[in-house]
Amino acid sequence: MNELTLTVLRLGFLVLMWVLVFSIVGAMRRDLLVGRRHKTGAPSAREVRRNPALAEPPPRQHARELVVVEGPLAGASMALGESPILLGRAQEATLVLEDDYASGRHARLFPQGSRWFIEDLGSTNGTYLADRQLTRAQPVELNVPIRIGKTVIELRP
Amino acid sequence: MSAVDAAVRPRRNIELVLLILALVVGCGANALTALNEGTSLGSNFWLESGTITIASLALHVSLRFRAKYADPLILPIVVALNGLGLAMIHRLDTPQTDYGNAQARWTVIGMALAAIVIWFLKDHRTLRRFTYISLILSAVLLVLPLVPGITAGDINGAQVWIRVGSASFQPGEVAKITIGIFFAGYLSTNRDLILLAGRRIGKLQLPRFRDLGPMVIAWLASIGILIFQHDLGMSILFFGIFISMIYVATSRASWALLGIILMFAGSVAAGYIFPHIALRVDGWLNAFDPNVFGRQYGGSYQIVQGLFGMANGGLIGTGLGQGRPDLVPFANSDMIIAAFGEELGLVGLFAIVMMYALLVTRGMRAAIGARDAFGKLLACGLSAGIGLQCFVVIGGVTRLIPLTGLTTPFLAAGGSSLLANWIIVALLLVISNAARRPVDTTPIAPDEASGAPETILTQAVKQR
Repeated sequence: MNELTLTVLRLGFLVLMWVLVFSIVGAMRRDLLVGRRHKTGAPSAREVRRNPALAEPPPRQHARELVVVEGPLAGASMALGESPILLGRAQEATLVLEDDYASGRHARLFPQGSRWFIEDLGSTNGTYLADRQLTRAQPVELNVPIRIGKTVIELRP
Repeated sequence: MSAVDAAVRPRRNIELVLLILALVVGCGANALTALNEGTSLGSNFWLESGTITIASLALHVSLRFRAKYADPLILPIVVALNGLGLAMIHRLDTPQTDYGNAQARWTVIGMALAAIVIWFLKDHRTLRRFTYISLILSAVLLVLPLVPGITAGDINGAQVWIRVGSASFQPGEVAKITIGIFFAGYLSTNRDLILLAGRRIGKLQLPRFRDLGPMVIAWLASIGILIFQHDLGMSILFFGIFISMIYVATSRASWALLGIILMFAGSVAAGYIFPHIALRVDGWLNAFDPNVFGRQYGGSYQIVQGLFGMANGGLIGTGLGQGRPDLVPFANSDMIIAAFGEELGLVGLFAIVMMYALLVTRGMRAAIGARDAFGKLLACGLSAGIGLQCFVVIGGVTRLIPLTGLTTPFLAAGGSSLLANWIIVALLLVISNAARRPVDTTPIAPDEASGAPETILTQAVKQR
């Protein structure tokens, strides 16, 4: 095979490698692109006009305080900051519940975006959000009771 | 609602197209070597290309059946890298050696293991049950090369090999996976404790002393590898995986900072205590000193030859089969990057580095998408491991950091490394399948009296 063909093949191979790299990046770009159907986040004004269901709900109030409404600690309250809160009987817990029906590390309240989520940490007696047992992390709205053992807590603005 | 739960496409066809392109790159490299060397494409070439093609297509088909939503980009990247490595190892074979065919066999075994993992591991969370078993297993695997009777002894200054029949195996490569599973399981369980307890000094929240336990263990283990097995690369790799996972688990810079300080202190101390590490550092800093270059043991001959090779390659390389990468000792394993730098040039080397970067990105993408803490941490740790390994090897070959004996993932000759890396890829594919699989977005209780929970859930999905 002559020299020219070999040089062309040699350069062609480098081009081929980059073609592979760029097609991977291209496929990835499509993965990252937020298409019309995959759109998340705030809808535009025109989309809201066409489909009123997409309109943003009125701005919510942010939870600033956690209040114990029932149980041994009733009346206690604590301010919500930016760090997650561990609920349970263990001394490590942020809010130490003196409740015989609560587990050592019972549940976790954590902020994400503008809202708070509650997550059960594998407690014995379970955690109830609005009388429904938690099976996964769920957002907590204001004034919705969270029951842990005999303790009921709520988030307040 | 319809705007939210848009159908997620499996994108397996894109994978197939990219896979074929990757196979063309891999087999093309092999063919080009033969053409440049003036030999004809022998039966060996067809056999090798055929097995790789069939094996990777089989892997693709098993993904179609078992992990439909797995990331479509991981497999093509890995197949391309593996094919390039095979071609280069083949090219570096002298008439007396046959690393190429051995590597091809290991590739097929690795792909078969990956397929087994994909077929039988439906849910990566099963691995969480083996958290502490993985810890014990990693300890055993790491100690194995030191046990008399099974150890393969001191090979090239490091005691990391065991003898299995007539072959040798590097158990530390497999320990990469088990240690990843242990850290992921441990950190996903104890994340809260580590995160919440502790005292705050200024902006840094320091962990409590007793929560430092696992970190101290990880540090001792990596220092132990360094002392007893003389393997700086593996030691950095293990500790690096741990640091990246604990950083991701807690998002506390203090942990990463503490770990880096510990590792640095340990390495500096080791450099003073152990002469072979001091020699390595000397060979890195004063590589072009004639005394260091010509030194019998621990000299810089290897690294400088590699640099000369890459300089010879220049921007577009000498062409596959037309350089002299065989002048570099261990050109087909530790220094394979230098061989690629010589024959494919900077342009080709950067394409390879890009592929590694994309692979790590896809692993991290799987970690972001994973819905459970264990999967997140495992995907993150495994892909951080690949990234770190590339950094340590390529940095060593290009004289950015001292050269350490780590294998280049998927490229370098070495069966154990190839096996372990294919299993890692299978795990990443399984996790990405779980991450990209469409979720059930219907509210938990459709019979809920007020419509509130439904809107709450849809908003949660929207925000994500």
